Amino acid sequence: MRYVKPESFEAAATLLRDETGISRILAGGTDVLVQLKAEMVEPDLMVDLKHLPGMREIVAEDGGFRIGAAVSGAQLGEHDAVKAMWPGVVEGVELIGSSQVQSRATMAGNLCTGSPAGDAVPAMVTAEAVARVQGPDGVRDVPVIDIPTGPGKNSLNKGEFITSIYLPARPAHAGDCYLRFIPRTEMDIAVSSAAVSLTLDEEGTVTDARIAIGAVAPTVRLVKDAGAALVGAKPDDAAIAAMVRAVEAACSPITDKRGTIEFRTKTAGVLAKRAALIAYGRAGGQL
Amino acid sequence: MKTIPVATTINGDETEFLCHADESLLDVLRDRLGLTGAKEGCGTGDCGACSVMMNGRLVCSCLVLGVETEGAEIETIEGMAKGDTLHPLQRVFLEEAALQCGICTPGILVAAKALLEKNPDPTDTEVRYWLAGNLCRCTGYDKIIKAVQTAAAEMRGA
Ligand SMILES: Cc1cc2nc3c(=O)[nH]c(=O)nc-3n(C[C@H](O)[C@H](O)[C@H](O)COP(=O)(O)OP(=O)(O)OC[C@H]3O[C@@H](n4cnc5c(N)ncnc54)[C@H](O)[C@@H]3O)c2cc1C
Ligand code: FES
Ligand code: FES
Repeated sequence: MRYVKPESFEAAATLLRDETGISRILAGGTDVLVQLKAEMVEPDLMVDLKHLPGMREIVAEDGGFRIGAAVSGAQLGEHDAVKAMWPGVVEGVELIGSSQVQSRATMAGNLCTGSPAGDAVPAMVTAEAVARVQGPDGVRDVPVIDIPTGPGKNSLNKGEFITSIYLPARPAHAGDCYLRFIPRTEMDIAVSSAAVSLTLDEEGTVTDARIAIGAVAPTVRLVKDAGAALVGAKPDDAAIAAMVRAVEAACSPITDKRGTIEFRTKTAGVLAKRAALIAYGRAGGQL
Repeated sequence: MKTIPVATTINGDETEFLCHADESLLDVLRDRLGLTGAKEGCGTGDCGACSVMMNGRLVCSCLVLGVETEGAEIETIEGMAKGDTLHPLQRVFLEEAALQCGICTPGILVAAKALLEKNPDPTDTEVRYWLAGNLCRCTGYDKIIKAVQTAAAEMRGA
């Protein structure tokens, strides 16, 4: 294995494009070094980008925040302004692993690793976060939802990588939340999960709702019908019930040692409901 | 595979070593530098026995490459006592027998110290969550939590 710290993003993209063997980006290493140790993936080229400009920075931009792709969970969690604007996104990232893992794990790594259960992903999707992608031919912006394509897979082309993730400005009267179910209280992989982002009007009526579910399909899913079920009313019992039905209908999980299809589907609905009510409260809504 | 020279600071001492690109910081510490305080329980980030500080943050040294530590500040359990004087956490762990086999202890001490620097007066729940990535097969954790709290109280008083 070669370990390289390129001098620039452009140099990194060319290096990655021209590599004929297996290459990986080393962000926090909490997936990639586990795979290396387990001999699941033995890269020929490991590219470390953490030293490049902006990679470890959180910068305010157009009312939102640009999060460098090497910003760790711990660093994000210490940023009060991001936490205040997108509490659901930050709580998703902070659920990843232990204190030790938090010091290293990044949201970009969580996204690119392509786990259907990645805890950072659903709330980034409901925040309509956008990844800035550098490649050999330049830079493009890609909605986070379009990055994962299946377990262990992503849509980035050869030579491409993420340099930052943009969390857009949030309107007034808005709030988000992320919840997961794990059999223990800490240090486990989500059996199912849900993120909800809501915007309200002055009276507390939902004007916009985005709901994403994790660990219940090959990729995180944005459930448009579920969001639509909450729009135009307060999240009363009838609206919530319609939303939960839409969430359950969007689930296509597998049965494995951690949960059956039925259990995952049911808990995804329950989590979406709870997350919606928390997001509603965070948006200033009262039932 | 050829070796790569790395210059880093470990427990305040400038240290240079050679390592392979795929070698973990844990292997560098133990096998190349003779710092065997950090233990390998799992090698995959689950047990915390290999915990060290890197640039002021608690990490699993099994999930850091040796080559990544170029220019970094590393603190290990070997740097915790000041000469012959144990850190209060180390002393209280001994006094209150918060260990049995001791494999988890260096990692738990490094992690607990990092917690108390951030949060000098944690609740038991905060201690438990912070140490969730430090597994102990012997003690059942209660004595560990109590020892951390005793040391924390002493350090606040000091
Ligand atoms: C003990 C333990 C507990 C864990 N618990 C959880 C958990 O609770 N929830 C959870 O979701 N995950 C968990 N994980 C998995 C892991 O910590 C997360 O997926 C983490 O977010 C990965 O980020 P990283 O920066 O460490 O990625 P790395 O391991 O550095 O990289 C992961 C993958 O992403 C690619 N990549 C990284 N950065 C970029 C980039 N900028 N552009 C393009 N590709 C990139 C790499 O090539 C690699 O394939 C856990 C891992 C461990 C070891
Ligand atoms: S040896 Fe590093 S976490 Fe277990
Ligand atoms: S004392 Fe034996 S593992 Fe903790």
